[in-house]
Amino acid sequence: MIPLSYFLVFAAALFSIGLYGVLARKNAVAILMGVELILNAVLVNVLAFWRYRTPDKLDGQAFAVMVFAVAAAEVAVGLALFISIYRRRNTIAADEIDLLKW
Amino acid sequence: MSVIQLIFLITAVITLGAAIMVVAARNLVHAALWLILTLFGVAVMFGLLSAPFFAVVQVVIYIGAISILMIFAIMLTRRGLLDSGSQFNKGWWVAGLLSLLSFTALVWMLSTWEGFHTPLPELSRDTDFVAALGAQLVNPGGYVLPFEVASILLLAALIGAVVVAWEKKA
Repeated sequence: MIPLSYFLVFAAALFSIGLYGVLARKNAVAILMGVELILNAVLVNVLAFWRYRTPDKLDGQAFAVMVFAVAAAEVAVGLALFISIYRRRNTIAADEIDLLKW
Repeated sequence: MSVIQLIFLITAVITLGAAIMVVAARNLVHAALWLILTLFGVAVMFGLLSAPFFAVVQVVIYIGAISILMIFAIMLTRRGLLDSGSQFNKGWWVAGLLSLLSFTALVWMLSTWEGFHTPLPELSRDTDFVAALGAQLVNPGGYVLPFEVASILLLAALIGAVVVAWEKKA
């Protein structure tokens, strides 16, 4: 039997790896990949808490469905933004997209 | 160690290794392929959590749609991509320290919680979770409002993505 702690430690590790990707990568698409890793860690946590703490209720599963929908919307808008920025400024490096930097 | 624990550990090692390759790979297309392996490992995790519906959704939405979209975006922004030079910020070691810190802090905080070692509760055999979830999502007393809001969000994201990426002919 797997206790809850296994899944929580796994999700924490996945979250931290995603956090490193978001903070350290230069390419904006790679940053979005880090965000995907973080959202997957969230999903593992949501479903693990549902399975171990409240398996009789469906709230955890409904929550996971919402996370999926928001993740899909986020990726679509984010990639459209990066493609638009690339057309205008011919760069996709996050530190060169500094139009709003004061 | 039981078979199920062995399956968990192998999946966890493969998934986390692939996740490290996602953030470490120099070539972005390789990073996207490692991302697909990571997402597949997470789908196996959903299977282990007795949520087979979410394992299928993970494969269809994440692997089928999101990672293909990622690969398209990588290829559309390929010219002049940082193929030479570092793929990382100057402050990458700060990021590494922060993520190590967040991992230790998370594990420490969770280990002080009394429910950390909750054993696996038995599922009642006769519940069909997929049917129950579907009924709950359109139940007026349940999740119909968040469900409709999510569909409006997806529609707005669809239109927004088209508008933002539209190339205006000069």
